[in-house]
Amino acid sequence: MEVLLPVVLKTLFIIGVAVGAFAPVITWIERKQSAVMQDRIGANRADIAGITVLGLLHPLADVIKLLTKEDVVPAGANRVMHMLAPVIAAVPAIASFAVIPYGGIYQFGDTTVNLVVADLDWGLLYVFAIASIATYGTVIAGWASNNNWSLLGSLRASAQMISYEVTMGLSVVGVFMVFQTLRLTDMGVAQDSTFRIFGFLEHFGLVESLGFLGHLTLPSWGILLQPLGFIMFLTCVMAENKRAPFDLPEGESEIIAGYFLEYSGMRFGLFYMSEFIEVVVIAALMTAIFLGGWSIPWLSQADIIGGITPVFGAGVATALCMVLHVVTFFVKVIVMIWLQMQIRWTLPRPRYDQVMDLCWKVMLPLSLANILVTGLVILLIQGAKS
Amino acid sequence: MLAEYTGAVVILAVALVLASALLGIHLLVGPRRSFAEKDEPFECGERPIVSPHQRFSVKFYIVAMLFILFDVEAVFMYPWGALFTELGWFGFVEMLTFVAVLAGGLAYVWMKGALEW
Repeated sequence: MEVLLPVVLKTLFIIGVAVGAFAPVITWIERKQSAVMQDRIGANRADIAGITVLGLLHPLADVIKLLTKEDVVPAGANRVMHMLAPVIAAVPAIASFAVIPYGGIYQFGDTTVNLVVADLDWGLLYVFAIASIATYGTVIAGWASNNNWSLLGSLRASAQMISYEVTMGLSVVGVFMVFQTLRLTDMGVAQDSTFRIFGFLEHFGLVESLGFLGHLTLPSWGILLQPLGFIMFLTCVMAENKRAPFDLPEGESEIIAGYFLEYSGMRFGLFYMSEFIEVVVIAALMTAIFLGGWSIPWLSQADIIGGITPVFGAGVATALCMVLHVVTFFVKVIVMIWLQMQIRWTLPRPRYDQVMDLCWKVMLPLSLANILVTGLVILLIQGAKS
Repeated sequence: MLAEYTGAVVILAVALVLASALLGIHLLVGPRRSFAEKDEPFECGERPIVSPHQRFSVKFYIVAMLFILFDVEAVFMYPWGALFTELGWFGFVEMLTFVAVLAGGLAYVWMKGALEW
């Protein structure tokens, strides 16, 4: 029981925040942000007794509408698979939150509080493993619908998703090499520090001549240590999520709606929901790997707790630091969600061959080069130190 | 040791309950008025003349084979990456050899036109 209770509480917290609060609000942000970018008014009709709250009631209206629509299964469809496919698509999206740390590790007397549901030492590999199950959901959906458009959509989805899975895996190897771990909490701890921009010049005895420039520091975030890895990983996970500009499996103008064409009501709703949950997963993952996780730049955990302990005492200071870190994490998540929405409404959809060329001919060689250059730089710095 | 995995199991269970609850409520609440025309698979108003459940040429199988090849490579790189500083120059040269072989393979399929659409 002592093991289970904190785990259940942490699970309910992350699912409550990510699925219960973030995902519905994102559907609203998607409508509102696209409206702003396209110079329209946007979602503002749904109301309760004349109160619209800026259109924030639209997600609620969506759920009611999806639940009360007829559940149409086309003739000749495989009924069991047709029913299972949206579940297979939605469950992995939610389960990915298990290894994402939304806060650090805190000591309250004898008890250690670790703000992650399952602190696996192969954390990132778990996300990849779980996320690739979602591919089955889309492929089964297209196959089970007994519809030619759906089949075409699921074929596109299968080729696109497995291609980008390769580059997704290879583009983060550089991060593993820098942080020397696959565990996401360890990455967070490693990013809760700073490095000197011109620190490498020390080996040549040049730091002194730089004056104050020699003491300039940057937070050691993944995005600063692996900028190319950040861009490539973001592209790959967005392609995995199948949202515009990578929404070729849906391709409204050519194949109607692709793999979920024959889905209605809440079965469609689960596909729709899993896309938005994946937006949150991507944002949280990018934050944990590249944007320093829960850490506040230039203010390490020890600094914060040490700074406010004289005022409030150790226990309250640690609790305050924990709250501060969780808030910081979700602020960064919101920034990443905004970035994804901005990309989604800015870029047009490329042709299918262009999408595949980008994966196999551009990003695969680039990610291999990134690994080799990263390795070379790490070894040279190491050699200079010893 | 196994205690680490309780979280993963719990979140999986919660996700399953959530998804099936939504589908269950929908089955209970949604109306049900079916007739032959509505149940027909959507084909822009035409009657479907070709069933999707027959043999079709899957051009995508080459991608699937390449995926297996390069995904094994990626999985091999994870432990190597996590132990990189310990392995040092030896590990770097080893991986360089491994990547060179695979890059040769990539160049070969590229030249053969397997990556053209």
